[in-house]
Amino acid sequence: MTENPLLERAARFVSALRHCQVLGVAVHAASEEGMTLVLPYGAHIVGDPLSGVIHGGALTSLMDTACGMATLCVLAEFEVCPTLDLRIDYMHPAEPHKPVYGFAQCYRVTTDVIFTRGVAYQDDPQQPIAHVVGTFMRMGKRLRGTQGLGSTISGDQA
Amino acid sequence: MTHRFKTRLEQALARGNYDALLDLVPYAKLIGVECTRLGDELLFRLPANKDNIGNPILPALHGGVIAGFMELSAAMHLLVSTGAPSLPKIIDFSLDYLRAGQFRDTYAKCQVWRQGRRVANVAITAWQSTPAEPIATARAHFKIEDLARP
Repeated sequence: MTENPLLERAARFVSALRHCQVLGVAVHAASEEGMTLVLPYGAHIVGDPLSGVIHGGALTSLMDTACGMATLCVLAEFEVCPTLDLRIDYMHPAEPHKPVYGFAQCYRVTTDVIFTRGVAYQDDPQQPIAHVVGTFMRMGKRLRGTQGLGSTISGDQA
Repeated sequence: MTHRFKTRLEQALARGNYDALLDLVPYAKLIGVECTRLGDELLFRLPANKDNIGNPILPALHGGVIAGFMELSAAMHLLVSTGAPSLPKIIDFSLDYLRAGQFRDTYAKCQVWRQGRRVANVAITAWQSTPAEPIATARAHFKIEDLARP
């Protein structure tokens, strides 16, 4: 297996996000093309007790994280990029007892803003369960809260 | 289960006690959503919970949790206001983040702008310090069950 520094940075980043740990979100793949995270199925994230379908909120957390982390794929140095807005279109409900994959990529990077889009899918990326578009603000490298997270994901000791 | 859900819904509506309803939704329990009636309005509360933190350095609530809280609030609001027999299905959700969600209690209120026969449009506002300074605003479309009409 070849070394993938981006994957390692991404794995460290996601492990620093408490709520992602609660959801069990992990990095599935990371490349210049984009970021893919995986959300395992669990009884605690069910939104509809009648069908066992997971709640949109868990999916939104997955996709917000995936879109936010897609910025790691295009930025040379780590920057905190808070979400400006996010839109999710639900194509069909997620099938219970199966993980959900969240893929996201950046399609435009400006000095202030990064535009991202992605899909959530289960078996086939061509048959998404949701489409997502998100815009992120570039806060630069000196924002409070940046240094700590930056050193966490670059692997430095805190 | 369907019967139990309907029974609990009816009880919740009659007593103005929505905890029993939220208890039925595992995700609501995971993030810790509460709901109370204030006059004619429903007020949703998301108590500060370490498990809902995203950025640990600030610390700030995970944006996805704020979104999940708002989506859930909208669905519950619609459920209570329409008395539908089951949870409404989300069609799309659009969210603007206005301020960082700090590690403290978060509140949400909803407004149904339009309720058609099949689709409802709901606006959601979430705040922490005061409603005049929202941390996020959102808009959701839900598919509602076509209730048998006379």
